[in-house]
Amino acid sequence: MLALANIDAGYGGFQALFGVSMSVNAGEAVAVLGANGAGKTTLLRVISGLLPAMRGEMTMEGVSLRVIAPHRILETGIAHVPESRRLFPRLSVEANLKMGAFVPAARKRFAERLDYVYGLFPRLKERRHQLAGTMSGGEQQMCAIGRALMSGPKLVLLDEPSMGLAPVVVAQVFELVRRIRSEGYTVLIVEQNVAQVLKVADRAYLLEVGRIKASGSAAELLASDEVRRAYMGI
Amino acid sequence: MDCHLDIFFLEAVLNGLLLAGLLALLALGLNLVFGVIDVVWICYAELVMVGMYGIHYAHKGGAPFLLAALLGILLVALAGALLHVLVIRPVLDSAPINQLLVTGGVLFFLQAAATMAFGIEFRNIGIRLGSVNLMDMSFAWSRLLTFAVALGGMLALWLFLTRTYMGTAIRAIAQDRQIMPLMGVDQRKVYLVTSAIGGGLAGLAAALMVLQYDIYPQIGLQFGPLIFMICVLGGLGNMIGGFVAAFIIAQFIAVGGSCFATEWGYAIAFLFFMVAIFIRPQGLFAAKS
Repeated sequence: MLALANIDAGYGGFQALFGVSMSVNAGEAVAVLGANGAGKTTLLRVISGLLPAMRGEMTMEGVSLRVIAPHRILETGIAHVPESRRLFPRLSVEANLKMGAFVPAARKRFAERLDYVYGLFPRLKERRHQLAGTMSGGEQQMCAIGRALMSGPKLVLLDEPSMGLAPVVVAQVFELVRRIRSEGYTVLIVEQNVAQVLKVADRAYLLEVGRIKASGSAAELLASDEVRRAYMGI
Repeated sequence: MDCHLDIFFLEAVLNGLLLAGLLALLALGLNLVFGVIDVVWICYAELVMVGMYGIHYAHKGGAPFLLAALLGILLVALAGALLHVLVIRPVLDSAPINQLLVTGGVLFFLQAAATMAFGIEFRNIGIRLGSVNLMDMSFAWSRLLTFAVALGGMLALWLFLTRTYMGTAIRAIAQDRQIMPLMGVDQRKVYLVTSAIGGGLAGLAAALMVLQYDIYPQIGLQFGPLIFMICVLGGLGNMIGGFVAAFIIAQFIAVGGSCFATEWGYAIAFLFFMVAIFIRPQGLFAAKS
């Protein structure tokens, strides 16, 4: 579904990704692991067009992403739930969801998608008139994921969904991830919470200082010395 | 000083209320543009001036007033869009002071161009709507109409901002600019639409002002500082704050002007503004974060 080949990217004079190649197949949940500053967020920003790649090739179902304007990437079926949720704090929950359905194709199916998202996350329906910024962290993450689903995407990019949440809530957020997986969405998730994310993912890549250092099935990575030493404190 | 709680005082208060409607409309356009694009159109009142001349000449050229007003609104909406594309877009990433100076340049350009094109004479569209008498008070129909249409225009904008996708995007973009592409929103388009609406609101204000005021190239100087003061008092970019501030300032002008002299009304209003800004630099109402 999604394929990256030799992607270089960075900010100004600072290069953050070096020759990253990876792929996500339809129906999979793929995790990208790595420490702070490894380039995980940069990777997702490059895929969704927020940051232009310097070199390399990226395709979504055979369509080259590098030639598409950032605001048209969503139409290829890629929805991005950004780091720290980035809801519109002074818009209601429902207005946030409406923004998720901004593209013309999604507007036509707004009522249907809204019912679907409310069915998936009934809590959002209860809170639909509340300002998004006044909800708890876990509810906000739910709203951010719901907003991404409003466009009817094929691939959902999740950037550190557990960041800044209490441990109890972290478990709930991974439950949400499991649920959207079972709904048939393909998921690419970036996380520092290695133990949790490898329970949801089929495969994973390990990113270190902008380079892919290891890849394999979730079980393989969980057992690998590199991951155990660096992230699980064993 | 000649100030008693009599019928003339009430008349001044009510006239202040009517003036507030117009000032609130003027402040709304500026606040909308600032809230979304983060650039202050120093030349906002000059766009109104352009609209007033446009309506004046369309009417003189034979168009009925309503058609002339509509043409004026479209003209200034177009002017707003052009201002954005030609002047604002190139300086979007520049320092705020440069953005301020460049729209300041447009202010003087428009004033000079209007002086060259239309001369320095005061022009009047020549429509008299008369006035209505209530007890011993007298209210010009043009002011009542202005108040009603200004409120109607603000209501229409509110409906647009809350009910439509583009309106929701306009509210959203003021809260988080960077992630708009993730929503499939083309920021350039939102800015352009916002500029056209900001211009259209200036055009609507122009259509109402030609019924009350003479038109001359420097009329922007009469209203421009007032509009900025209201916007800053309400918290720049805060549309509701601007609305409330317009009603406060209009009362100072109307009641102050009635109790002392018209000029004193403005002096008191600006004095109040300065004190208020010392106490609350971010404006009376919580500005956008």
